[in-house]
Amino acid sequence: MSILVVEDLVKHYTVRRGWFGGAAETVRAVDGVSFVIDSGECLGIVGESGSGKTTLTRAILGLERPTAGRIVFEGEDIHALSPKALRAQRARIQMVFQDPHASLNPRMSVRDIVAEPMEVHRDVLGLSGRQMTDRVAELLELVRMERGHLTRYPHEFSGGQRQRIGIARALACNPRLVVLDEPTSALDVSVQAQVLALLIGLQDQLGLTFLFISHDLAVVRYICHRAALIYRGKLVEDGPVDQIFDAPRTDYAKTLLAAMPDPDPGKSPFWGPAAQGKIQPDSEKGAP
Amino acid sequence: MSARTTAEASGTSGGEGLARAFYRFRQNPLSLVGLVLVALLLFLAIFGPLVAPYPEHLAGEVSVLDRFKPPSAAFWFGTNEVGQDILSMVVAGAQVSLLSAMGVIVIATLIGTLIGLAAGYFGTWIDEVLMRFTDLILTLPALILAMAIAAGLGPSIVNMVIALALAWWPGFARLVRGEVIGLKEEQFVVAARAQGAGAGRIIFRHILPNVTSPIIVKMSLDVGFAILAVASLGFIGIGVRPPTPEWGVMLSVSRSNLPHFWWTAIFPGMAIFVAVLAFNLFGEGLRQALDPRARR
Ligand SMILES: Nc1ncnc2c1ncn2[C@@H]1O[C@H](COP(=O)(O)OP(=O)(O)OP(=O)(O)O)[C@@H](O)[C@H]1O
Ligand SMILES: [Mg+2]
Repeated sequence: MSILVVEDLVKHYTVRRGWFGGAAETVRAVDGVSFVIDSGECLGIVGESGSGKTTLTRAILGLERPTAGRIVFEGEDIHALSPKALRAQRARIQMVFQDPHASLNPRMSVRDIVAEPMEVHRDVLGLSGRQMTDRVAELLELVRMERGHLTRYPHEFSGGQRQRIGIARALACNPRLVVLDEPTSALDVSVQAQVLALLIGLQDQLGLTFLFISHDLAVVRYICHRAALIYRGKLVEDGPVDQIFDAPRTDYAKTLLAAMPDPDPGKSPFWGPAAQGKIQPDSEKGAP
Repeated sequence: MSARTTAEASGTSGGEGLARAFYRFRQNPLSLVGLVLVALLLFLAIFGPLVAPYPEHLAGEVSVLDRFKPPSAAFWFGTNEVGQDILSMVVAGAQVSLLSAMGVIVIATLIGTLIGLAAGYFGTWIDEVLMRFTDLILTLPALILAMAIAAGLGPSIVNMVIALALAWWPGFARLVRGEVIGLKEEQFVVAARAQGAGAGRIIFRHILPNVTSPIIVKMSLDVGFAILAVASLGFIGIGVRPPTPEWGVMLSVSRSNLPHFWWTAIFPGMAIFVAVLAFNLFGEGLRQALDPRARR
């Protein structure tokens, strides 16, 4: 059963060059992308820098209105919803950001950061402050952190720990879909593997659906069931990961894969035979 | 211009951050001088009339025989044309100067911060209209604008404070707007928006707490300049009026005693100078402690 359907999504930006509104130029950030995510699966989106991946996530999160096309989440076109309904819908789609340093407010305690989605959707959830604190403690344990970290501030944590806090925040309202925009690319190699293993475990345990954006083909292959290649705002090919990487159908995909940098031995936790045995995910990748 | 560096390195989020900021503050001896002088001024503003050597002089109980006494053991700063002890007057004057200057800055900060938050966060025509208005006021010389407003409102200390505040807020509005424009693109703000947080929550929970350091720095620097402005208005006779001890007023009155009775001018003048300097040193110290961009 599909949870998210993206139909012919287009997002163009108009950029003005020079003064006095001179030559307006159109940037086709996303240019007619369609795909479907099934409930419980992990879809990887792969593409080089500037190919429109972040723009795509912003449209799915309802942060930006698409130029054309539809985004249907659990049967509802999210950009046709009333502002109130859209707000409620947002509890169901959550996001984990690339930079764990920039995505947590330095002036807020871990408790307040993780509780924020519950605060925002208080009218629906009806949780008291006390209940939220308990839930935050629970979430911290879920992401393998200590309850005692509640009262600390982001600057007291390492990158990997901060990313766990970001994951706990994303899970606070029991979302159906979690969008992850390069969630591990800012982390050290060893930490990357731990965070990915945590994500796979959580997906299994909570029945989450992931939209996983990455540069790193090895990471996508490891965590995702299916992958879609995007190039200059267009979807080039999609299918099961093994097929995409081992037997791409289109020449375009072949060229693209060849042109993408090999997983960098220093950067990817999945490079080389030595790495293969090191990763201990909490559970095996489940079938969608 | 990353707001993140400000917020992070200023790190006043936890108690540890405050300790670190205070450590950086102490590194500079000039900041400590500023701190001590500011503390002294605040002490005088609160307890001035109690520690003045001749409190009865402030009420006008003076002896004609004590007119124009030069500085001596009895009258450290000498006496004025009616025989009042100038040290007592200078000490008592701290109250009017500091309280009204702080009043000006607090009101200006409130107005400027609200306008800057609204302009920076909402952008578009709201920004356009608010900033046109801000720039208009900014182009008018603050003191002349304040004079006009004070003249219109009628002479009183409260009116003078209102007048100066109405001329003073644009600086805060510009400062806050600039910070907000940087902050609203920060990922933690985008994250809050993605969760469905409304404008009020984003502005007051996410943006404002990250602008407090630069606001506090500007406030402490500006209190010094506001003391000067209060004295200037007193000097030209549209701020504080003569029976109230105020440094600008004392300077103004002393003009007819010069050059012979120099002490009637020099001590209130020094009080103004020291007060402006104190808040400048203190404010600069805060800037260095809270904002790493200001350090080499
Ligand atoms: N607000 C905007 N205004 C104008 N152009 C934009 C805007 N946002 C993105 N773009 C442009 O759209 C294109 C796609 O950007 P996007 O950020 O989606 O790429 P990306 O795939 O996420 O890249 P990266 O891997 O570097 O994060 C780029 O050319 C970018 O310059
Ligand atoms: Mg991106």
